[in-house]
Amino acid sequence: MTKYRINKTKFVDQTKTVSFTFDGKKYHGFEGDTLASALLSNGIHLVGRSFKYHRPRGIMSCGSEEPNAICQINDNTDLTEPNVRVTEIELYEGLKASSQNCWPSLNFDIGGINNLISPFLPAGFYYKTFMWPKSFWKKIYEPLIRLSAGLGKSPTQPDPDIYDHKHEHCDVLVIGGGISGIMSAKIAAKNNLKTILIEDKNTLGGSTIYQNNKNFIIDNQKSNEWLMNEISELEKLDNLIIKTRTSLAAFHSYNYLLAKENISDHLPLNKKNGSIRQRLWKIRADKVIVAAGAIERPLIFNNNDRPGIILANSVKKYLDFYGVSSGLNNTIFTNNDSAYETAVSLFEKGISVKIIDIRKKSSSNIVKNAKNLGIEIYWNSTVVNTFGYKKIKSIEIMNLSEDGSNVTGNKNKIQCDCLSISGGWTPMVHMHTQSGGKLDFRERDQVFVPNEKSENHINVGSCNGDFELEEIVKNTNNKVKKFLNINESGFDKISVLCSKELEKKNIWLLPNTISEGKTKSFIDFQNDSTAKDIKLALREGFKSIEHVKRYTTTGMATDQGKLSNMHALGIIADTAGVKMGTLGTTTFRPPFTPLTFGAIVGRSVGKFFDVVRKTSIHEWHVQNKAKFENVGQWKRPWYYPINSENLHEAVQRESKAARDSAGILDASTLGKIDIQGTDASEFLNRVYTNAWSKLGIGKCRYGLMLNEDGMVYDDGVTTRLGENHYLMTTTTGGAANVLSKLEDYLQTEWPELDVYLTSVTDHYSTASICGPNSKKILKKLFPDKDFSDEAFPHMSYQDAIIDKIECRIMRISFTGELSYEINIESKYGKSLWENCIKAGEEYKITPYGTETMHLLRAEKGFIIVGQDTDGTMTPIDLQMDWIVSKKKYDFIGKRSLYRSDTIREDRKQLVGLLTDDPNEILEEGAQIVSELDKKPIEMIGHVTSSYFSPNLNKSIALAVVKGGKKMKGQKLFVPMENKNINVTVSDFIFLDKENKRINA
Amino acid sequence: MFVINCPYCGERDQSEFSCGGEAHIVRPKQPTELSDDEWAEYLFMRKNIKGVQFERWNHAHGCRKWFNMVRDSSNDKIHAVYKMGEKPPAI
Repeated sequence: MTKYRINKTKFVDQTKTVSFTFDGKKYHGFEGDTLASALLSNGIHLVGRSFKYHRPRGIMSCGSEEPNAICQINDNTDLTEPNVRVTEIELYEGLKASSQNCWPSLNFDIGGINNLISPFLPAGFYYKTFMWPKSFWKKIYEPLIRLSAGLGKSPTQPDPDIYDHKHEHCDVLVIGGGISGIMSAKIAAKNNLKTILIEDKNTLGGSTIYQNNKNFIIDNQKSNEWLMNEISELEKLDNLIIKTRTSLAAFHSYNYLLAKENISDHLPLNKKNGSIRQRLWKIRADKVIVAAGAIERPLIFNNNDRPGIILANSVKKYLDFYGVSSGLNNTIFTNNDSAYETAVSLFEKGISVKIIDIRKKSSSNIVKNAKNLGIEIYWNSTVVNTFGYKKIKSIEIMNLSEDGSNVTGNKNKIQCDCLSISGGWTPMVHMHTQSGGKLDFRERDQVFVPNEKSENHINVGSCNGDFELEEIVKNTNNKVKKFLNINESGFDKISVLCSKELEKKNIWLLPNTISEGKTKSFIDFQNDSTAKDIKLALREGFKSIEHVKRYTTTGMATDQGKLSNMHALGIIADTAGVKMGTLGTTTFRPPFTPLTFGAIVGRSVGKFFDVVRKTSIHEWHVQNKAKFENVGQWKRPWYYPINSENLHEAVQRESKAARDSAGILDASTLGKIDIQGTDASEFLNRVYTNAWSKLGIGKCRYGLMLNEDGMVYDDGVTTRLGENHYLMTTTTGGAANVLSKLEDYLQTEWPELDVYLTSVTDHYSTASICGPNSKKILKKLFPDKDFSDEAFPHMSYQDAIIDKIECRIMRISFTGELSYEINIESKYGKSLWENCIKAGEEYKITPYGTETMHLLRAEKGFIIVGQDTDGTMTPIDLQMDWIVSKKKYDFIGKRSLYRSDTIREDRKQLVGLLTDDPNEILEEGAQIVSELDKKPIEMIGHVTSSYFSPNLNKSIALAVVKGGKKMKGQKLFVPMENKNINVTVSDFIFLDKENKRINA
Repeated sequence: MFVINCPYCGERDQSEFSCGGEAHIVRPKQPTELSDDEWAEYLFMRKNIKGVQFERWNHAHGCRKWFNMVRDSSNDKIHAVYKMGEKPPAI
């Protein structure tokens, strides 16, 4: 055993040695230790440097509230994790921990110079400095700030671990496995309620489980022994799930809670392999009982941050739970009785201990106990300074004045190697407030307690502000019974004896002989904000607690101010002369403790990140070396390079082939909606801008759909399959939204219409064949069919059969070429496609992708909704007046087409652009100007589509330009980074304006 | 993350639903007869109050039905759920 491992406990197995390294040096601890207790057992307090001043910092607590002792674990491996609290890491064989925020080493840190220049780094210094000279920002200030920012190092490699999500439902969820949580869970589970008890530590029992003191007796047993029996009984209940190593992350409304379970974090490296690391539980509970406990407060005095200054109850836990003494010459500094339990415990184990109490006296049993043992107590005293750079060596104390606002008398120096501090307790009201609950301020002991209004959750134990054992046991029993509607419980006749605190005193910022400006009284240890910073913020005019918090960064570190928020509030209230209750608190936001990204995303990583939709022809595209493009969730062939072709070369070849002979496109991804019902025609009349009633059966029509604000929303061809049956196509990306919009109108505005909508996008695959030879290819595929223009004209459809499979052929064109789209049940899509390729071989049929499709339609001036439109374009802006029915009384968006704004003539309108240099291709998105000399230069529009057309042998572009309709022939400019490109406004139909090719 | 009692399916998680904004704004039967101001009132103006409000919801990842809901936007308490076309309850 090491010098500091002075006690044997049942929680640490001292027969099982575990070795680990800290900053490269090998140490030993035992099974059951945390990294913190193992470090302390080796006499190590200094574990990190503070964020701003790089002051040496040590372990301060024993739980998730730890502000100082955070480290990097398993550095330089793919398992590395920064900012991990050493108080929460269970020790395992092979653990490698290293200190953070220090260079070149923890013991000698250059950044420590910040401590000396700290007068120049007050609160908000980064808002006040680095302002000039301006040129310094980019080259000097920013790189320097970035270099010094942050604490640990982010992993650079992908996380190899597996994370899980699990949904769970229960009648009662109990948060916290301390005494009140255990009692609550037992009452619930014994009454046939499905109960879950979660506890963030690896064992149940909270702080009572190591409360081995004769002043705290339940049913004639020491409270720890009584609780031990309760726990063993609890484990026998079968409708109770006990989840240890599980911490609550968030408490959302309607009792929806997230909890993170650590599954393999505590296992030795060689046993972690392949197992799930963490599991995020998504729990929907009928009732929630919060028994989250309380966190001990520090005291705020000069140089209160040295290694060796530890919260008093943590000192007790290290001693009575882990068997480790934080020092051999201990001094306790307190404002309340609970620290006396630590004193008694230390004394009983032979550790020298003195007590400094800011109160004038205390008449409780535990204090009498300490006095009787002969422990020296300095009443009405405060610590005014501490000494020791890397570990506390001594302190100076003084007497307090009558009202506690000042110090009097002489300084008294006391030697110590550990200072245990206790400023009272703060109930963990995070869960309560996260769920929407409000707080009340209790003057008596200066705490915020839950104001309970919810019927679905309660707070019990010390998180409810019950601090004394008797209060905790009795109130928990009564409250839980009432909450769960239970008449009797096994705890009704329980007897509790405990020490009761009678004298209370609290001073948020302890007085000193030297002025505040010269002290370093830390409030937020992790972010290095001091009482001085808070007062500066108030002097500078910040009043709201939320503003002071952000200006001073108090409470904004990875510990979320668990130790600092109350003192910040207290000092603000005292300084501003307001009551804490009226000041309120800052908002408690989830997660309670940091969550790993892995736990948040669970299995949704890599190929499970999002759904990938593939057409039934996908395999063929892959085999033929297509490059793919993501369109929504779809993978669409982008282009099919041959040999070493790049995008441009492939697209030029594909585009030429489609116009010279034949091209084929996989159009399966277009949205398809089956519309049936006696009012189907009327419905289309209302949703499209053009008229539909007279469309003959077997005919197709292009339709434009607007939003109610008159802006183009979607477009596509709809085919009349029967009297009351249509097949609508939508854009690939818009399919789901169009369906839900149409459903919305049907269900809410026009429920009288007899219309049924069904998405059939995935039901059919579509091969679109275009080009002058397409008719010949179709003839080969369907030898019995008459493809003459009379029998099968443009914009019509016919049923057909191929390989005994029914299909639909639509003669429609998005390229301006003679073109047919064959729709077949998806499972036959690939075989249809292969038949088409085979039939087209003699015409050198060329598969083309989305890029060529875009180029071909741009040559014809066909818009793409979402590329040439952006939700601010009306059909009139697009020069598509022809499609807007003047006769129809109403359709979606009609009224908006003559609002004062939509009839403006200087709206952006669709035009064609030709570059003066036909080989110059404009960049899509480039801005357009009419005058280069005008300052500020006025942007009058932008390029929406731009290509080099191999069929016209020149560059073409579509653009939207203010008042563009009247600008044909006008010269404009497209300013680029290095040059201005001269362009001329043109017609936006570049090829075959007479539509001859459609019937070629 | 609240639980919504879909009038067609029963209680389901909020993640299955999408909100369609303020309820009981009826599309005018004769839009062409409205002035710009009257049309703008229908098209753009929404209350979005803090407190009890009437909303349209869609069970998007379920039965796809639209329905109305009375929700307190300040605490997410749902006071009532009712089908399209039904009279709003007195709250």
